[in-house]
Amino acid sequence: MSRWARLALSVALLFAFNASARAQTKNDTPRNYGIGRVATPEQIAGWDIDIRPDGQGAPSGRGSVKDGEKVYMDKCAACHGEFGESAGRWPQLAQGKDTLASHDPVKTVGSYFPYLSSVFDYIRRAMPFGDSESLTNDELYAVTAYVLNLNDIVDDKFVLSKETWGKVKMPNQGGFLDDDREKTEKTFWDPKPCMKNCRRPVKITGHAQAIDVTPDEKTQKRGVE
Amino acid sequence: MTEPTDTKQATRRRFLVGAAGLAATGASTTRAENANNLPPNVAGWTRRLGEGVGVRAYGNPSKYEKDVIRRTVSWLTATPESSVSFTPLHQLDGIITPNGLCFERHHGGIAEIDPGDYRLMLHGMVDKPLIFTLDELKRLPRVNKIHFLECAANSGMEWRGAQLNGCQYTHGMVHCLQYTGVSLKVLLAQAGLRSNAKWIMAEGGDAAAMNRSIPIEKALEDCIVAYRMNGEMLRPEQGYPVRLVVPGWEGNIWIKWLRRLKVGDQPWFTREETSKYTDLLENGKARQFTFVMDAKSVITSPSPQAPVKQKGFNVISGLAWSGRGKVKRVDISFDGGRNWRTTRIDGPVFDKACVRFYYEFDWNGEELLLQSRAIDDTGYVQPSKDALRKIRGVNSIYHNNGIQTWAVKPDGEVENVEVG
Repeated sequence: MSRWARLALSVALLFAFNASARAQTKNDTPRNYGIGRVATPEQIAGWDIDIRPDGQGAPSGRGSVKDGEKVYMDKCAACHGEFGESAGRWPQLAQGKDTLASHDPVKTVGSYFPYLSSVFDYIRRAMPFGDSESLTNDELYAVTAYVLNLNDIVDDKFVLSKETWGKVKMPNQGGFLDDDREKTEKTFWDPKPCMKNCRRPVKITGHAQAIDVTPDEKTQKRGVE
Repeated sequence: MTEPTDTKQATRRRFLVGAAGLAATGASTTRAENANNLPPNVAGWTRRLGEGVGVRAYGNPSKYEKDVIRRTVSWLTATPESSVSFTPLHQLDGIITPNGLCFERHHGGIAEIDPGDYRLMLHGMVDKPLIFTLDELKRLPRVNKIHFLECAANSGMEWRGAQLNGCQYTHGMVHCLQYTGVSLKVLLAQAGLRSNAKWIMAEGGDAAAMNRSIPIEKALEDCIVAYRMNGEMLRPEQGYPVRLVVPGWEGNIWIKWLRRLKVGDQPWFTREETSKYTDLLENGKARQFTFVMDAKSVITSPSPQAPVKQKGFNVISGLAWSGRGKVKRVDISFDGGRNWRTTRIDGPVFDKACVRFYYEFDWNGEELLLQSRAIDDTGYVQPSKDALRKIRGVNSIYHNNGIQTWAVKPDGEVENVEVG
């Protein structure tokens, strides 16, 4: 091969290499490594418990407010209180209407949750506390119906199922807006933050020691001995 | 500001009293000295052989460090299975948190998963639903990334004013680790995303089966399905054997004990992204999907649990992070935010990771109102608590990244205070 031919070939190879490097960065879908096994419909069915606001994923079954009262008293009332008012520090499930803009907002299923699915999906996966995923579908529908009833969202005769799912209207559905910090908190982006005399001399206006809720060291478990 | 010699003795006594008082909040106490170990004597550990290799098959910290522990606030929650313990930030330095000291937040206790029985399911809007074993995940290409994780509720108890007296409690729901795992983008490609895929639901295999929705853009950008922290396998408290890493975003979405990823075309509005982890504003409306953790910093020493021990030369040490990018600069103030000076960042600076900052100075016993403010590479400047409250009110619980004030008193004690 002549020197020119060699040069031409190496230039061509260089271009080819560049082209393939570009192709890799442009089409950056990772390759398939053939690792992992296909999930069977049966395997998926056992774990596929999530439910969306539109009811997609809701299981078959039904439950009345009346049946739900029994489930609730047996499995929920000890922590959440007979009327959803909460026992001790456990989450309150009912009441709290018109408190969200107050000094002491009470966030409950009725006052705060935006969708039926947000409640139902959670009960289905995480309740009763300490006995997760133990309720039958009918119990699940019933106890959810009862909690809705505690919040005056459905009446005493209501039966919750996939078919009646769309009838439930949560009071605070319109209570949420998407993260708008980049707009509403725009002033926090400051190319030249103040360094000198940025405010008047400050005074202490509050003391943590006065509140005195910091845990005592005696309450802590010790480290390795 | 020099001190007359005749008051020095009295000042020292006050320091000791202060230190004893602070032992109650986890401050390090001064150990009694044993003259036999001090020069000119030859110390006991020099004269005798120590334990041989293998005695400590998995090493622990020195027995003299047993007060370096995660601490809890018992009145915060109804039960320890759904609760939180805090990283002892005041007892640490650098940017990497030791594995055993990373704060814990569980909603149904620690799942103890047999790695042989571990499975990750990936399904929904994909071409081919898949199940992976842990070994299969480990066969895929690996990435190593250092990122902070902050709980959205870190500093959540401070919205209405200074409450907890120690940076462990006010800021200790943060840690920073190196993660090893497979990029979520690579994992998703194994199943093949359908063109209408917009959101991904991640779900844990613990007793809370925690589930959160993640926009597909973020999933493909930098998320990691991680199985190692700082080189070793994840600790059970941190999701062993597999957790999701969602760089810069609130900790709740970094699903631990990850068992399922489902691809969909809209968010799920799960309990954890509606009833919890939404930020209630003054008008009763709440912000949702506030994923990013804004720039934040805290002086870890001195702080209420780590008082100033002597006058003269002192090093101020602190931690800063931003979910929007790299920390570019950290300033501190000695006068409650009136005047600022720039600190020295020492050690590596990574994207969406903690940085360590220092400020060296001479202290002569004057009262200080210490503050720090982080500035990130998007130009975001950590705001004052009052500036945050002006926009958000005090009912948000989450995302409190306001500037912290520590009052340093003449005896070296430090208190969490509010200034105005």
